[in-house]
Amino acid sequence: MGMEGIGASVVRKEDKRFITGKGRYTDDIRLHGMTYAQFIRSPHAHAKVKSIDSSAALKMPGVVAVLTGKQLVDDKIGNLICGWMIHSKDGSPMKMGAYPALAPDTVRYVGQAVAVVIADSKNVARDAAEAVVVNYEELPAVGDIKAAIAPGAPQLHPEAPGNIIYDWTLGDEKAVNDAFAKAANVVSIEVANNRLVPNAMEPRSAIADYNSAEDHFTLYTTSQNPHVARLVLSAFYNIAPEHKLRVIAPDVGGGFGSKIFIYPEEMVALWASKKVDRPVKWTADRTESFLTDAHGRDHLSKAEMAFDKDNKMLALRVKTHANFGGYMSLFSSSVPTYLYATLLSGQYNIPAIFAEVIAVYTNTTPVDAYRGAGRPEASFLLERLVETAARQLKLDPAELRKKNFITQFPHQTPVIMAYDAGDFNASLGAALKAIDYEGYPARKAKAKQEGKLHGIGFSCYIEACGIAPSKAVGSLGAGVGLWESAEVRVNPVGTIEVLTGSHSHGQGHETTFAQVVADRLGVPIDQVSIVHGDTDKVQFGMGTYGSRSAAVGLSAIVKALEKVEAKAKKIAGHLLEASEKDIVIENGNFKVAGTDKSMALANVALSAYTAHNLPDGMEPGLKEGAFYDPSNFTFPAGAYICEVDVDPATGKTTFVNFVAADDFGRMINPMIVEGQVHGGLAQGIGQALLEHAVYDANGQLTSGTFMDYAMPRADDLPTFKIEHTVTLCPSNPLGVKGCGEAGAIGASGAVINAITDAIGTNKLEMPATPDRVWAAINSQAAR
Amino acid sequence: MSAVKLTVNGKAVSGDTEDRTLLVHFLRDHLGLTGTHVGCDTSQCGACVVHIDGRAVKSCTVLVGQADGSSITTIEGIAKGDELHPMQAAFRDNHGLQCGFCTPGMIMSAIDIVKRHGGKLDEQTVRHELEGNLCRCTGYHNIVKAVLDAAGRMKVAQAAE
Repeated sequence: MGMEGIGASVVRKEDKRFITGKGRYTDDIRLHGMTYAQFIRSPHAHAKVKSIDSSAALKMPGVVAVLTGKQLVDDKIGNLICGWMIHSKDGSPMKMGAYPALAPDTVRYVGQAVAVVIADSKNVARDAAEAVVVNYEELPAVGDIKAAIAPGAPQLHPEAPGNIIYDWTLGDEKAVNDAFAKAANVVSIEVANNRLVPNAMEPRSAIADYNSAEDHFTLYTTSQNPHVARLVLSAFYNIAPEHKLRVIAPDVGGGFGSKIFIYPEEMVALWASKKVDRPVKWTADRTESFLTDAHGRDHLSKAEMAFDKDNKMLALRVKTHANFGGYMSLFSSSVPTYLYATLLSGQYNIPAIFAEVIAVYTNTTPVDAYRGAGRPEASFLLERLVETAARQLKLDPAELRKKNFITQFPHQTPVIMAYDAGDFNASLGAALKAIDYEGYPARKAKAKQEGKLHGIGFSCYIEACGIAPSKAVGSLGAGVGLWESAEVRVNPVGTIEVLTGSHSHGQGHETTFAQVVADRLGVPIDQVSIVHGDTDKVQFGMGTYGSRSAAVGLSAIVKALEKVEAKAKKIAGHLLEASEKDIVIENGNFKVAGTDKSMALANVALSAYTAHNLPDGMEPGLKEGAFYDPSNFTFPAGAYICEVDVDPATGKTTFVNFVAADDFGRMINPMIVEGQVHGGLAQGIGQALLEHAVYDANGQLTSGTFMDYAMPRADDLPTFKIEHTVTLCPSNPLGVKGCGEAGAIGASGAVINAITDAIGTNKLEMPATPDRVWAAINSQAAR
Repeated sequence: MSAVKLTVNGKAVSGDTEDRTLLVHFLRDHLGLTGTHVGCDTSQCGACVVHIDGRAVKSCTVLVGQADGSSITTIEGIAKGDELHPMQAAFRDNHGLQCGFCTPGMIMSAIDIVKRHGGKLDEQTVRHELEGNLCRCTGYHNIVKAVLDAAGRMKVAQAAE
C-alpha cells in the first residue's frame, strides 16, 4: 500500500463534497421551527448600559423574544472563563475582570453584545434589533497599550488596577545582567507586532436546539474543538451537564485559532433556545467577525542581545507589553507567556535569557491565539534582532546565524524548552541553495542598474508544537490536559472507522489519518472512514490547534491501532494454528511468517464478530481505544529567505523569490504539508505587508471590513519555493512534528528583513505598506 | 413580496420573496442550494460567485428580482452526473482547496476566467483575475496551479467536442 500509505501525496478524500457544493457547514443546516438571533452590540468602546427598551421590538410581528444581560445574570449563566492561570512576578494571580456573555451594566469594546433578538426570520430579527433602544453613558476609552498604561488612564476593570492583568517574568535576570556587563557588543531593537484579524472565510455560526422532553441540548457550531466547547459550557457556564449537551462541529471553514474559543454567542444561543423552546440560529456577518472574533498578536517589545568579541550570543533581554483587549479570552493568558517567551531562544545557543511580559487591558476586541500564537511574535522579534546584529556587526546574516546555531541535541534552553532534535544548518543550507545565495550579489547589482532597491532577508524560526504534555502544562497553569483520544473500529466486513478527537477544518485529516491506517493494515484508504467533530460519536478529544493533530491526534490513533493489531494477530494465530508472534501484516493479510498460510483482515474481523472460534477467554469484537499524552513538545524548525525589489518612487515591494525550507519530521502527505506551508506563508506575508487591525484613540475599529482590512489576494503573493529537510521527532511513534503554523511563524521576519535590507534603514513597522516604505526611504534621504 | 421565475442549474424554479432578498439568499434559503456561500457583507470575498446567463457574478450583489428570467448556474450544476467539471477535477488534483469554504466561488470565477481568456492564460493573469476571490487557507499557490491546469483540460475538452 505504498501508493496510499505514509509519505504518499494522495489527493484528498474529503474534496469531492467541497468541489461539488455538498459541504455541510453550520449555516447550511436548517432545523424545523428554527428561529434566528440578532445581537445588539455596543457602538461605544467603553460605556455604561443605562437602560434597554425593547418594547417596540417586541410588538413587531415575528419577534419571539428580546433577551438582555440582566436576564442572563438572573438565570445564573456563568461569566466567560480564562483557562490558563498566570502568576505575576510578585506571586499574585492574574487580575481578571468579569466577562459576561451579554453585558448587563458596562461595555468594554465596540461590538460587545448587550442584548439579543430572537425572531422567526433573519430579516425580522435584524429589523427588530434596529428597534431596540439602548441608552448608553459613554466613558473615556483607551485604544491601545500606550494609552492604557499611561498615568491617569481610564480604568477598565476594578479588579485590574492600572489596566495591568499580570507582570510576568521568565529566566535568570541576574545571569543576563552579568552577561551584558561583560559583552563586547550589545544590539537592541524596538518592535511592534501588529494586531491581526484571523478572518477564516466561514464566519462563526451556531445553532442551538433544546429538546424540552429530554431536557437535552444539541449545539451545531463552528468549532476547532467541540469536546472542549462542551466541557467549558457544562463545567463553567451552567448551560447543561455534559451528558445533556451534544456539540457537533460539522464542516468548518477555517479556524486559525479563532474557532478554539467558546464565545458569548454560542452560550446565548443555547440559553435562548431553552427560553423560547425552539432552535436558535446565529451566523456572524463579516463585520461581526471583525468586531467579535478574537484578534491576534498586538505586542510592543524592546529587546537587546549581548555578544562576545567572537560574535557569539551571550544573553537576551526582552520586555513585552501584550494587548489583551477588553476581556480575557479563553486561552489569552498563555499566548504571550508560555507560547511566546519559551521560544525566545530560537535556533540559537543563548546561555542566558530574561523576559518580562506585561498584559494590558484596552477597550478593544479580546485578543487570543491566532495561527502561531506567541511563536510568530517570538520569531519576528528574535529574527529582526539577529538580522539587525548582523548589519551592525557587519557580518553575513547567514554566517552569524550558523555561528550561533544549536548543533547538539537534546538541548535545554534557558526558557523551559528542551529541544529534542533538529538540524538547523541543514535547513538553512537547503534554503541558501534554493535561493542561489551565491548569485545574490549579481542579482542585486542588476536590480540597481534598473533603478530598483534589492534586498534579501532571513528568518530561522523554531516553534513548539504538539501541545502538550499534560503534566508539564498543568504545572505551568493550564486548566486542561492536552492529550488526545482515538478509537479504531474494524467492522465485521473489514472496513475501518477511526474516531478521533482531532478536528479538521481544512487540514485534510480524512485523508492523512486514513493513510496511516492504510500504511499499517495494508487496506485501501477508501476502506477507512475518519469520524470527528461530534461529541456523541467521539468519546472525548482536545481538538485541533497548535499544530497538534499529527503529533498528538495521530499518535493516539497509532496507539489504538497497535492494540487492534495485537488482538487481530492473536485471532489470526489461533485460526492459522500458529503463534501470534509469527503473524505479520502484509497488504491487508495476516500471514504466518515464512509460510504461505494467511488470512485477510476481513476474515479476521468477521471471526472476531462471529466469535465462533476465538482463543479461550477472548472478548468478541475488534475495536480498541487509546489516549495519548505526549512526553514532550515537538520542535518544527526551518529557514525562510525572502528576496525583494522595492520601487524607490512608490515604496512598493515586489517579491523576487521566497524560499521556505522546513523540517517537520516525517511527512504523512507531502502535498498536504506543502499546502499548509503555503497558507501559513500567506498569513505571515499578509502580516508583514498588508494586514492591520487599526483602532482609533476612542477604541473604534477603523479597519472592520474587507474594504478596509487588506487580506492577501492572489496577486499580492509570489509562487513559493518549498524545500524539506527531515530529522525525526523522537518523542512520538510516527516521528512527526507539525506543519500548520510554521509559515505564519517564520515569514514576517524574512519579509521585513528583506525590505529593510533593500531600503538601507532598519526602522520599519508592519505592515510595510508602500506609504510606510516610501516614508522610510525618504526620511533617510532627508538625513 | 414579488414573484420570481428563473432557471437554476437547468431547472425552472419560482418563488415569492421579499423584495430585499439577495440572489444568494434565494439560492441558499429558498432552494436549499447551500454550496454558494456568504463570506462577507461588502462583496469582497467572492464565496458567493455563480453564473448568471454564463457570466460570473457575485450573487450577494444582485437582488433576486434583478435576476428574474435569467439562467443561473451554481457549483451544484457544473458536473455532468458523476463526471466532474475539469475545473473541479483540477482543484482536487492540485490540492487547490483546504477548508473548502471559498472553493465554490473560486471554481465559478475560475471557469469564467478560462472562458474569457481561452488558451492565453498565464500565472500573472490568473493571479490578477482572482482579485475578487479571497482564500485564507491556500496562499493561492495551488489555486493558481489548478486554474492553469484546468485551462489546459478545458481546451482539450473543447477540441474533443
